[in-house]
Amino acid sequence: MKKYRMPRLNRRSFLAGTGAVAAGLTLPRFGHAAEEPVVNFYNWDTYIGETTLDDFQDATGIEVKMDLFADNDELFAKLKEGNPGYDLIVPTNDFTERMILAGMLQPLDHGMIPNFANVSEAFQDAEFDPKRKYSMPYMWGTMGIGYRKSRVDGVPDSWEWVFDSDKYAGRIAWLSESGTMMGIALKYLGYSLNATDPAEIAAAEALLIKQKPNLKVIAEDNGQDLLLSGEVDLAIEWNGDILQVQEEDDDLAYVVPKEGSLVWQDTLAIPTGAPHPENAHKLINYLLDAEAGAAIADFIQYATPNQAARELMDAAYRENPSIFPSDQTLAKCEAQIYAGEDRQRLINDAWTRIQAA
Amino acid sequence: MESWRRNPLFFWIVGLPPTLWLVLFFLVPLGLIWLFSFSDKRGIIDIELTWTLANYARSLEWLYLEIFLKSFWMAGATTVIALLVGFPIAFAISFAPPKAKPWLLLLIILPFWTNLLIRTYALIAVLRSRGFVNFGLEWLWDQGNWVLSLAGLGGYQLLGERFEPLELLYNNFAVVFGLVYVFLPFMVLPLYAALDRLDRSYIEASLDLGAGQLRSFFSVVVPMAKAGVVSGVIITFIPALGSFLQSDLLGGPDSQIIANVIERQFKSANDWPYGAALSFILMYLTFFALALRAVLSRGNRDAEGL
Repeated sequence: MKKYRMPRLNRRSFLAGTGAVAAGLTLPRFGHAAEEPVVNFYNWDTYIGETTLDDFQDATGIEVKMDLFADNDELFAKLKEGNPGYDLIVPTNDFTERMILAGMLQPLDHGMIPNFANVSEAFQDAEFDPKRKYSMPYMWGTMGIGYRKSRVDGVPDSWEWVFDSDKYAGRIAWLSESGTMMGIALKYLGYSLNATDPAEIAAAEALLIKQKPNLKVIAEDNGQDLLLSGEVDLAIEWNGDILQVQEEDDDLAYVVPKEGSLVWQDTLAIPTGAPHPENAHKLINYLLDAEAGAAIADFIQYATPNQAARELMDAAYRENPSIFPSDQTLAKCEAQIYAGEDRQRLINDAWTRIQAA
Repeated sequence: MESWRRNPLFFWIVGLPPTLWLVLFFLVPLGLIWLFSFSDKRGIIDIELTWTLANYARSLEWLYLEIFLKSFWMAGATTVIALLVGFPIAFAISFAPPKAKPWLLLLIILPFWTNLLIRTYALIAVLRSRGFVNFGLEWLWDQGNWVLSLAGLGGYQLLGERFEPLELLYNNFAVVFGLVYVFLPFMVLPLYAALDRLDRSYIEASLDLGAGQLRSFFSVVVPMAKAGVVSGVIITFIPALGSFLQSDLLGGPDSQIIANVIERQFKSANDWPYGAALSFILMYLTFFALALRAVLSRGNRDAEGL
């Protein structure tokens, strides 16, 4: 039987209102480390299990104070001028990398995180954080095409249908994110998502400019709403956003194109200057526990990198193609990495020209 | 009542907080952004003040000039439409019975009580292919077909085979429509203020002396409302130029205006120096336009011998 789930909020869209505090007070136990039994957790909204933090407190006596952010820009801006007192944060991989390069994260003590062994092999190392020195994987997902089954021929499992074809002219929505869009256009052309060669970037730009007349809109991360209301039949979107509308409309589906795509990963990291680093390590270890991890995944329905947790879940989750693309497809996916200011500028100038064309 | 001038303590107590506020929360941040515009980006978060002009030079590339021109065009169209729509409204309110005036003004101000974002989303629901306007049109289309079939012409499909919704959203029309919708009160209120103060005897004199209604309107009312028109135009045009929400949410693939480019520099592009330079260019242009207006109006006054 399917358990009742709260409607998930769109993790990447702007959410009004922040500042929630974990409820539940039990008396602190004695005999712990010198740190006071508190940990300040800065997390996305609706991005933790219903009872996870209470369970953690029951198990360790450490109280979790959770504060919420709406997007990576907000998280980054808040920590840029110094840590205001957070012990544990959840940046997405490109921001994790940015923060590592800027010296905003402190190295993890792997000895305090034995549950790292639960993490599947693919996530044991990461290009943006070699040997996982600064971050642990929390949840991951992909970028792909959300589509209306009844209005599309078969499964649009290629970027061709949104980048290089007029078959669905006037029914396509792109996403207004320069790095992401240029990355997957590069991917379609057979280059790396993170290609730095100006000629390759120019080829991707030409491809997108040529396709522009076939677009309906370049959406502000609301492609899922455009699909749901029938404005478009194909939308480039994050898998979590499409999953959300799939619950309301059976006719919607999601696919990661066969050429490969962007894969993102939200990470657990300790910012420099954290007042309770030891407690933060304990919380990280708890979040990577098999049962705790399964409870979180069950509630928020994002893909868990925790192999042990995934094995505890039912088939409806484990085999959902919107959550877990096939290994074959996944092998072709790449994560965004920071490739320097020059590349950043090439990509953004190209995107400005595409929008102006 | 001049005593406060002789009481410096009182003067300072009253004058200091707003001055501090202005300096701390307006001039200092603005100064910082101004310094950014002469800075160089060094890596991910480091910005170094080098007094470079490269950011400004980059803004003069044809790509960005074109976007500037487009933005001015859109803001200009918005202002003209708001003026054409707003003037009759303001005129009507100023001639309404005194009891009705506050209510009419309330109707103008009422939309401000709802958040801008929500109003813009509401427009999406009105304009989209499956929105209220198209639902209304489809209903009319159905009725039309029904009437035709009553008249025995049902088989000819005179109104087309099936209803084709109008594409009202995701284009430049929708952006200008959204901007007019949002900024119309900014136009109506100063116009109303000017028209309400207008001395009615001038209009009566004009009519008595044989000028028609139209001529009286254009030769008497409009010139006397000029101050209101000018301030209405300015406070509509400037925010319309800097508004990125409408083109983000209502615009199509070719609705990028300079405000979108600036927004992107501060967010995804993470290039604050360039974003700062672009915003200051916008500000310089605005100052230039205001100065030009001041000079021109002084020239007029001199010519009229005032």
